[in-house]
Amino acid sequence: MKPIFATSTSLQLRLFFAVIASFSLIIFDSKFDSFSNVRVYLNTAVSPLIYAADIPSEMLKGVSNTVVTRRDLKKQVTEQRDKLFIQQVQLLEFKHLKEENKRLRALLNSPVHSDQRKLVAEIITVNTDPFSLQVVINKGALDGIYIGQPVLNEQGVVGQIVDVSATYSRVLLISDISHGIPVRVQRNDIRAIANGSGELNSLTLPYVPHSTDIQAGDVLVTSGLGGVFPEGYPVATITDFNYQMGQPYAQVEAKPIVALERIRYVLLIWDDKDNTPDTDKEETL
Amino acid sequence: MTPAHGRFKIILTLILALLLTVLPVPEPLDNFRPDWVLLVLGYWCMALPYRVNIGYAWITGLVLDLLLGAPLGIHSLALSIIVYIIVMNHRLIRNISLWQQALIVGFLTMLNKLIIFWAEKLLFDISITPMYLWSILSTMLIWPWIFLILRKIRRQFAIR
Repeated sequence: MKPIFATSTSLQLRLFFAVIASFSLIIFDSKFDSFSNVRVYLNTAVSPLIYAADIPSEMLKGVSNTVVTRRDLKKQVTEQRDKLFIQQVQLLEFKHLKEENKRLRALLNSPVHSDQRKLVAEIITVNTDPFSLQVVINKGALDGIYIGQPVLNEQGVVGQIVDVSATYSRVLLISDISHGIPVRVQRNDIRAIANGSGELNSLTLPYVPHSTDIQAGDVLVTSGLGGVFPEGYPVATITDFNYQMGQPYAQVEAKPIVALERIRYVLLIWDDKDNTPDTDKEETL
Repeated sequence: MTPAHGRFKIILTLILALLLTVLPVPEPLDNFRPDWVLLVLGYWCMALPYRVNIGYAWITGLVLDLLLGAPLGIHSLALSIIVYIIVMNHRLIRNISLWQQALIVGFLTMLNKLIIFWAEKLLFDISITPMYLWSILSTMLIWPWIFLILRKIRRQFAIR
């Protein structure tokens, strides 16, 4: 057998190159946005493994779907029919309010909200990096998913897209340590930033002066500042407002409204570029 | 015998290890997931140090980063260092008993986890929990079985 390297110095040289290459990758990947294009191709290359890892849980899901009893199904259908009926009635009112809101906004010269493009995606259950809170969804660049896209579900904000491949993408959850979301208190429009804490069910609000009118139970909604998340979606409820003498700021904690450990379907929305001229017009006024 | 003989089998075992790493398991078991990639890569580096070494480790680490959604380069860095230690000491590791090997594997798993933690700590303000270290134990316990299975594969297909 012909050895690939003759002496152990060659091995040390290899280690040296590997360490240099790793560090430059770490820096390029985390500091330069342009690298994300390369990541799309790399992610697409490894996507068969992601789908293979998802097969067992898909099969389990299939089994549990087929062994549902007839009575349970009947009950489910009745419940959903009732729910749909109630929501249809509410929708009538909603249509009326929407029209009214549009007219009022036009009177005030404010930008009019128009219908956004939406897409439902399903969570792929795979193991992820233990130091970040993220989920993988089954839609990717081929469906038009882009980095920084807001991700919601029927309860509120879930997170945003941080990583895309052709057929799947990664959602960074709002409670990840590196995530921050601009919010306002629904009750009195006080603005703040909700940072992730690294724990799934907790957010913190930094730099809140102790005299701020925020109470436990207040609902935080997206403020629309920052340009990533559209305005008005529920994010979290305040669980604790605590001020200790001598501290510069109050300690404010909040709990995400979405049960982040139990999400199965998410909604992706596209920022509608068609209604931006309205905003521009307002800014130039 | 061509130099490429058995390469496909080595890569196949590594792919299987990567798959086991991302396979979803029930929440309580998740903390006890053995470090499959380190086990399989470690065996091949010990058995065939002139064929499987830092190059394999770096590429496997990169794929692992992509699969786990970690910052690119983190696992490459850790696995390269671990594999360097194994290849430098492959004669020693080969000649000790299985349970002594398991202790060394446990130590290397801990080192691997700490390198990953330190590298991620440079980027994010994360903190470590004792839960993160539980899998060192399961990796140690499963090493003898992995060793025996992979040795059987290596002998069966005469991979040298």
